[in-house]
Amino acid sequence: MIRLAQHPCPDRSGPPALDPDVKSRLEALIAAGDAAGADLVEVFLERSDRISVLSEQDRVTSVSPALGRGAGIRVFRGHRDGFVSTNDVSDTGLMAALDQALDMVGLTRTAQASAWHGLSPLQDYGHRKQSLLAACPPMERIVDRLLGATAAVSRHGQHLQARRCSYARAWQDVVVAASDGTFAHDLRLHQTLGLNVLVADGDHRATIGRRYGSADDPGFLDRWQENDAAASACESAGRMLYADFVKAGNYPVVLANRFGGVIFHEACGHLLETTQIERGTTPFANRIGEPIAHAAVTAVDEGLSPHNFGSMAMDDEGLPSRKTVLIENGILRCFLSDRAGEKRTGHPRTGSGRRESYAYAAASRMRNTFIAPGPHSVDQVMASVENGLYCKQMGGGSVGPTGQFNFSVEEAYLIENGALRWDKPVKGATLIGDAESVMPRISMCADDTQLAAGFCGSVSGSIYVTVGQPHIKVDTITVGGR
Amino acid sequence: MEAAELTASPSDAATGLDATALRSQLAENAARLGLSTWDMGAACNRMASVQVDRGEPKQLKARQESEVTIRVWNGEGVVGITSTNDLSPDGLTAALTGARQASTYGNPECPPRFSPFATAPLNPLPQTRSEAVPIQAMLKQLLDVERQVLDTHPAITTVPYNGLIQSRSDHLYINSDGALRSQHATVASLYLFALGQESNRKPRSAGAVRIAHGIDALDVAGCIREAAERTISHLDYAPIETGTYTVCFSPDAFLDLLGAFGTMFNAQAVLDGVSLSNRNSLGESIASPLLSVFDDTRHPWNVGAMMFDGEGTPTSRLPLIERGHLTHFLHSESTARQFGDGAVATGHAAMGAKVSISPGWFDVQGERGDAALSLQQADGVVLIDSLSALHAGVKASQGSFSLPFDGWLLKDGERRSIEAATVAGDILSCLRRIVACEGKPERLPDGCSPHVWVEGLKVTGEG
Repeated sequence: MIRLAQHPCPDRSGPPALDPDVKSRLEALIAAGDAAGADLVEVFLERSDRISVLSEQDRVTSVSPALGRGAGIRVFRGHRDGFVSTNDVSDTGLMAALDQALDMVGLTRTAQASAWHGLSPLQDYGHRKQSLLAACPPMERIVDRLLGATAAVSRHGQHLQARRCSYARAWQDVVVAASDGTFAHDLRLHQTLGLNVLVADGDHRATIGRRYGSADDPGFLDRWQENDAAASACESAGRMLYADFVKAGNYPVVLANRFGGVIFHEACGHLLETTQIERGTTPFANRIGEPIAHAAVTAVDEGLSPHNFGSMAMDDEGLPSRKTVLIENGILRCFLSDRAGEKRTGHPRTGSGRRESYAYAAASRMRNTFIAPGPHSVDQVMASVENGLYCKQMGGGSVGPTGQFNFSVEEAYLIENGALRWDKPVKGATLIGDAESVMPRISMCADDTQLAAGFCGSVSGSIYVTVGQPHIKVDTITVGGR
Repeated sequence: MEAAELTASPSDAATGLDATALRSQLAENAARLGLSTWDMGAACNRMASVQVDRGEPKQLKARQESEVTIRVWNGEGVVGITSTNDLSPDGLTAALTGARQASTYGNPECPPRFSPFATAPLNPLPQTRSEAVPIQAMLKQLLDVERQVLDTHPAITTVPYNGLIQSRSDHLYINSDGALRSQHATVASLYLFALGQESNRKPRSAGAVRIAHGIDALDVAGCIREAAERTISHLDYAPIETGTYTVCFSPDAFLDLLGAFGTMFNAQAVLDGVSLSNRNSLGESIASPLLSVFDDTRHPWNVGAMMFDGEGTPTSRLPLIERGHLTHFLHSESTARQFGDGAVATGHAAMGAKVSISPGWFDVQGERGDAALSLQQADGVVLIDSLSALHAGVKASQGSFSLPFDGWLLKDGERRSIEAATVAGDILSCLRRIVACEGKPERLPDGCSPHVWVEGLKVTGEG
C-alpha cells in the first residue's frame, strides 16, 4: 500500500490546516488586515493529498500522487477586492501575502492596534470525517478495480482499439477564517472514475466515455459496478461505430436524464451565478419573479444530498451548504451568490462560494444542479415527438459571454413517428442556441430525474459538480451536423 | 540547508529557484533513502493580474507558486512519481518517499528513462526579463484601456472579460546523472473581450489578445483596435443558410483547429492507438501540397519559448507536414525508443509516470494556391474568425469536428456577421481540401499562420 493513502498530511513545515495554534495565527493575520482599514479579510488554508491512477488495455500505466499546501488571502474594500495566493504558509509568507493584498486595494499595514473582536468558535464540519481517507481502498484494490474494468470492456466489446480506466482521489483539508468571525474547518474526499472506449473498423471510429464520482464516500470504488459500466459503454460504442452523420437542421429533441442535465448547467445555470450579473453577461439579471422558462421547468441547485459529487458540508467561504430553488414552475426565484456577489449585486449568499484550491478566489458556482422530475413517463415524452432526435449521451459544452451555448452529442438516435429508433444512431451533432430562447421550449419533463458527476471549469477553477434532469423534450433546437 | 533557501519567497520578487541547492538537497535525501536514479522538474511562478469593470477596479490578483515533480527508479528499473509544492527538506523527502512507493505500481513495460539529450549542450535562447510593473500602475493602465474600448462605439457598453497580467517563471530540470537545466522568463498579456448590443438585437461579443515579454512591450493599441473592430463588425448580423460552403479560416481559427488534432503528430498517441496516424503514416499525404507545418517552440515570435522540455531534451524546429506529407512525429525519450526506427526525442515531453507529449508552437506555411480566392473579392464564402468549444466539439481520435464559430459571410468582398452557426467536417478531408493560403503568416500566441481556404465544409445556421 502506498503510505500516502493512509497519511494524507505528512509532517511538513508550515501550519497544517488545524494546528492547535492556527486560530491565534489567523487572528493575528486578520487583525493586521483589519487595522489597515480593510472592510473584510478572508483567509483560506488548504492541504491536499491527491492520487490519480490510469490503466490502459491490461496494465496500469500511471500512478501519480501529488501533495499540496497553500493559502489564499482576500481583502475587500468597498466593492474592490485583492486576492493573493501563496504556498509559502510560514507566518512571514502569509503576512507578505496580506501586505500584497492590502496594497491592491490601496491599504498599508500599520502598527495601530485592531479593535476587531476575533474569530468565532470553530465550526468543524470535518470532525466526523477524519477516518474517511483511511477507509478508502488501498492501492492494490484500486489497481484491481481498474484492471477489472478494462478486462470487462474486453469481454463486452468488439473492434476495440483502446480501453482506458482512470481513477482519481482528492483529499482536501481546509480552514476558512474571516474578519466577520467566520472560522470553519472541513475535510473533503472526492473520488472519480472514468471509463473510455475507442472502437475502430476501417474508416469507422467511435469513442464513448462514462464518468462516475462521489463525495465523502470511501466505499465508492468498492461499490462501482465495473461490469455494468463496461457493458453499457461497449453497447453504445458498438451502436455508434457505424452511425451516419446527423443531418443539420432544427428538430424537436429529447434529452436523456443524468448527463443530459449539462444543457441546463451550461445554458442556464451559469447565467444564474452572480458573477454573470457583475459582468453584465446574463439576460436574467433583473428578472426575479418573472417567467424565464416553460412552466414545466423547476430547477434546483443544492449541496446537501449525501455523497453526490457537488455536495459539501460548507462552501469555500465557510457557509453551510443548502438547497436553492433557482426556477419554480418557470419563474426565476434565486441567483447563486457568494461573498463578492452579495457585496456587488445585493443577492444574499447561498453557500455557493467555490474554488478549485487556495490558488483561486471563491466565486458563485453551481453544486448539484438539476431539473426536478415532471409528471410524464419517458414513453409519453418520446411519443410526443413525431420526428426528431434523442440525445442519449451528451459530450461537453460551453456558454459564451452573449449567452450563446453549444453542446456536443456523443450518442444520439433518430425518433420517427414517436418511436425511438435504436437502429438509427447518428453522430456529429452539436446543439446550439441561447438560454432565453430555449428555456421556454422545454415543454415536457419525465418522472426519472437522475444525476451525473462532472467537472465545471470557470473563473475559480475546475470544481466538482453534478448535473441532472429527467428525460426532457425541447420543442425545437438547432442541431449542427453534416 | 534551510527551507527558506529553497522556497521561492513571495516577499522577494528577485528570488527564484536555487538549482544548486535543490540538487544537493535532493541528492542527499535520495542517497539516504537508497535511491540512486532520480530526476526532478521544478517550476516557480509569480503572477499578478488586474481586471476592471466599467471604470472601476474589479479584482486584483497575485500568485506565488513553486512546484516540483520527482521521479525515482526502483531496483527493477520501474519509475514512480510524486508532485509537491512543499520545497522544504521535509517536503522533498516526503515526495521522494511517495515516488518510491508509487514505483511499486509503475508500468514495468518500457518505463521511461533519462533522455540521452538531457546533458547535451543547449542552444541558448535570449532569456528576456522585463521589469515588473507595480500592480497599481497595471490597474491604471487597464482602466485607461477599457475606457478606450468603450469609447470606440456607443453599442459597446462593457468589456466583461478583460485582464492585464504579468508573470515571471523559472523552470528547472535536474537528474542524478548530472543534468541541470534552468530557464527563466517574464511574460505579459492583455486580453479584451467586449460586449456590444444594438437596440432590439442580440448582444455580440468579440475580443483580442496580445502577449509580450513585458507590459511595456505589449501592443496595447493594436489590442484595443482589434477588440473594438471585431466587436463592431458583429453588431449587424444575419442568419446564414445551412449548406456547404468554401470556408476561409483566420490564422487564429486554423491554429486552433490544428492544435485540437495535435494527436496526429503525437507518437505516444500513436502507440496508444488514439491517433489518426499510425507507425506507418510517415511519408503519407495527409494534406494539400499547399500546406507545410513546423513545430518550432524556439521561433522568435514565440514569447513562451522553452529551451528544453520536461525530460531535459533541448527543443528544436521540427517539420511535421511538408508539402502535404507527414514527415515527423513528436517524440519523448520513451516513444523514440519504442518506435526503434531511428526516431529521437524531439523536446516536446512533459515529466510524468507516463510521459505525455504535446506540440509547442505551430509555424504554418502555405503556398498561395488559387490566387483567384481573395478576401477582397470573395462571394458566398464563410470567413471564420474564431472557433469555440473545441474541448467539446472535436473528436480527436475520430478525426471529426463540429464547432460553433464567429465569422462573416462574404459577398463581393463585403463582410456580414453570421448570427450563430457551426462548422463541421473531418480534419483529414479538411486538410486535403485546402485550396489556397492567403497573406503573410500572422503572429499569435500559439503559432503563426496565413489565412487558409478550404472548400466543401458544412455550415449549420441557427434558426
